[in-house]
Amino acid sequence: MNEPEHHIVSYGKLTAIWLLLLALTGLTVGITRLELGGFKVLGALIIASVKAGLVIAIFMHMKYEGRLLRWLLFLALLTLAIFIGFTFFDVLYRQEG
Amino acid sequence: MSHAGEKDYFGAKLGIWLFLFTELLLFGGLFLLYAVYLHRYPLDFAAGGRGLDWIMGTANTLILLTSSLFAAMALTALQKGDPRRSIVMLGCTVTCAAAFMAIKYVEWSAKISHGIYPGSELLKNGAPGESVFFALYFMTTGIHGLHVLIGALLLAWIAARVKSGAVNTENSILLENSALYWHLVDLIWIFIFPLYYLML
Repeated sequence: MNEPEHHIVSYGKLTAIWLLLLALTGLTVGITRLELGGFKVLGALIIASVKAGLVIAIFMHMKYEGRLLRWLLFLALLTLAIFIGFTFFDVLYRQEG
Repeated sequence: MSHAGEKDYFGAKLGIWLFLFTELLLFGGLFLLYAVYLHRYPLDFAAGGRGLDWIMGTANTLILLTSSLFAAMALTALQKGDPRRSIVMLGCTVTCAAAFMAIKYVEWSAKISHGIYPGSELLKNGAPGESVFFALYFMTTGIHGLHVLIGALLLAWIAARVKSGAVNTENSILLENSALYWHLVDLIWIFIFPLYYLML
């Protein structure tokens, strides 16, 4: 193994991502103040996921990491999705009482 | 093969990510509880959520996003060979962490002074769903707050190591991994914020 590649993320790029994150925060606050019913939940969660993606990709440098770390991240998120999803197969179709 | 001073850079990086995955699953469990009980008690959760101050929640979101920017810039500064700026950026991150905890303190105190805390008489005699909502609120924000405290102490310690030269441009893994931990704290809050403060 030689010197590992260090990708330096510029101040400008970090600031741009930060501004985007602030804008998305404003957007979530905005749409959840409106009466949109179920779309409120969906919208808030989609925006949160986009924000999380930006933080992981740029602030946490995942965009510049190798294949192993990316696959491990995918595996962790898949595990999370499976245990939330499978719990709801039970919860949603349970007969109360 | 191995000589003194050789660092396993990739091993350290892999290690912190594996640890962060366990953190994701820890908070994932709390979010799962939230989702299941939201499904069971939608009206009580809506009442509980309206009891939280979304302005303070928004302020804390902006503070944490900004703190993450500073943490990322601290790493960029060190990698560019500017340890002094890196220390300043770490100082800004820790200041943001203190502001976050101060707001959290005001929020929690207001709730507790109104008799809303896990196991309080008010919640015991109230709707079961509200009791569950506030139990989860205190549990989730409590564990998250603990992470903020630990992260801030870690970054303050790293700043001292940068100052002493032990963490430097050639050997920056401690700063990289601590910054990753800090971003995770931000990441978790990105989900806590809409779930508890906004969408109910």
